[in-house]
Amino acid sequence: MHSGHVGCPGCGATIAMRLFMKAMGEKTIMVLPACCWTVIAGAYPTSALKIPVLQTAFETGGATASGVRAALDMKGDTETTVVTWAGDGGTFDIGFQSLSGAVERNEDFIYVCYDNEAYMNTGIQRSSSTPYGAWTTTTPGQDWKRMRKKNIVEALVAHRIPYVATANIAFPEDLVRKAKKARSIKGSKFIHVFASCPTGWRIPSELSVKIARMAVQTNIFPLYEVEDGIHYTINQKPKEYLVREYFKLQGRFRHLTDKDLDQIQTMVDEDWALLLRKAEARI
Amino acid sequence: MKRVLEGSHAVAEAVRLAKVQVVSAYPITPQTHIVEIISDYCAKGKMNAKFIPVESEHSCLAALVGAQSAGVRTFTATSSHGLALMHEILHWVSAARLPIVMVDVNRALGPGWNIWSDQSDSLSQRDTGWLQLYCEDSQEVIDTVLQAFRLAERVNLPVMVVLDAFFLSHTYEPVDVPEQEEVDRFLPSYSPRFTLDTANPYTLSPLVTPAFYMEMRHDTALAMDEAMACFNEIEEEYAALFNRRYGSVEAVACDDAEIILVTSGTITSTARLLLEELRAKGEKVGLLKMKMFRPFPVEAVCRALGRAKKVAVIDRNFSFGAGGIFAQEIKAALYKLPVHPTVFGYIAGLGGRDVTTAVLEEIYIKTREADLPSQASIWIGLQEVKYAN
Repeated sequence: MHSGHVGCPGCGATIAMRLFMKAMGEKTIMVLPACCWTVIAGAYPTSALKIPVLQTAFETGGATASGVRAALDMKGDTETTVVTWAGDGGTFDIGFQSLSGAVERNEDFIYVCYDNEAYMNTGIQRSSSTPYGAWTTTTPGQDWKRMRKKNIVEALVAHRIPYVATANIAFPEDLVRKAKKARSIKGSKFIHVFASCPTGWRIPSELSVKIARMAVQTNIFPLYEVEDGIHYTINQKPKEYLVREYFKLQGRFRHLTDKDLDQIQTMVDEDWALLLRKAEARI
Repeated sequence: MKRVLEGSHAVAEAVRLAKVQVVSAYPITPQTHIVEIISDYCAKGKMNAKFIPVESEHSCLAALVGAQSAGVRTFTATSSHGLALMHEILHWVSAARLPIVMVDVNRALGPGWNIWSDQSDSLSQRDTGWLQLYCEDSQEVIDTVLQAFRLAERVNLPVMVVLDAFFLSHTYEPVDVPEQEEVDRFLPSYSPRFTLDTANPYTLSPLVTPAFYMEMRHDTALAMDEAMACFNEIEEEYAALFNRRYGSVEAVACDDAEIILVTSGTITSTARLLLEELRAKGEKVGLLKMKMFRPFPVEAVCRALGRAKKVAVIDRNFSFGAGGIFAQEIKAALYKLPVHPTVFGYIAGLGGRDVTTAVLEEIYIKTREADLPSQASIWIGLQEVKYAN
């Protein structure tokens, strides 16, 4: 990355890219469907990225990368890694079909979803990645989101692809290790990166990394890897903070009552117990 | 070598001869015969290409955006709803200046579900920045697909080659299939003007502010203008090697004609038969076949139609609230002339209904007998519909 991106102060997506690119190096081609990074990279004729980038339509991250990979294969280029870098809207929602198609074909590429839990580029609208309890501009007031966040990792695991991992901007070594590991594996790889958004989450920019760390420590966003759709490894032992510690720092959750927070704690505990069972149930 | 081929097979042979490197496709009737053969060629090594069996037409064209941007020759084929689903990416491809070649097998759009011939699918994509070339028979199909790659790569714009469902896609005819060596002389291997290259990294299709956007679109407009001149040049080169040329339009017996029928696709062949019959009876009738639709061959249309009294345009398509699409475009083209013929717009053959010589004769007689069209669009062969209360 060059200096001079146009991300917001404290932007988690920008930190995620910087860390990820440390692992990737120059022999990388990036497919960038519409997302915050379409803007963050800079408008024509500037770019904050030192690698070739193909910007493409919102819902095409999986398919466009499939085409780039096919062309490189036809040209005999086996060295270059193809990466799709997409937001949660482009991954969980509009691009899900294209992603599912690409990984079902086990296309040889890395798909990174940097997740800021809403359509932030268009002004904080809810996505299927927006967590239970969150305010967004399309879940306003008392209509805060009452559906769970889609479990995208398990959806990808269900495709039985070689490698699925979660990562987080507050755990740089872990993120870089996972990116390097993904690069070394043939077939479809999916990395789900938790990337806080001060603007959309109504948090001070200096808390961006701290809040991302707390998402792991509260078990809201556990760090783990799944190989071949069956072998689970949990990478980070949680501190088991209460979720209310994480929620009370963020303006998007300000409206929640103690009762709501208790309910969310139960949901997080259930999800964590389920993950532990999968990690222990080694075949 | 002469072979008996379906229109669909003629497409597949052209794609093989063009040494396409990446093909992506999603099945839709009546396009399937094309991609079945191509995937078989890829599997058997008759083509050195990768076939990406995507999960939708939208992803199909998006995959080709990736492949063509990474520097290889690409192809796809689709039809009807498939083409409609590609709409967003059709715009993307032309604005990204990617010389992708596609075959669209003209099929009606639902509801009601209808798999038969109708031009509304391709013509409703007229503003997406793709060249559009309509074919009459299988020989023209194979020749046009080969020329399409040259044309696309010359002006960096995508080309859609269009053929009628079943009447052409599933009909067997003798076709002269060119030899590979000759095709190689006409169509050298793909040499992209820009490509994704880690040794020379830059961003393709970035965010563009109002300060640059208009110039980019103007460049695309200039390329479309250039395509018209290049089409003739490439046809001449092709004719020198293979002794076949078609023209952006073909004017048959138009010089002394008082009434000229305007057709496209396979209806043209039927109209040729009628033309012979009517001429034998002393009728002063001509025929204009429209091959090229985008860019629209305004000069050639004016040259062919300018001296006629009346023009009868047969549209197997309809734009609701506006009329037959070829008729609209022909009227707009003739506006250039100080005095122009009266244009009669006829709608016929929608959803695959047969357009026979009798249908065309009815159109001719209606045109001959009226000074002016009775309606903006005259629908031919409508049955009386009884509605239940």
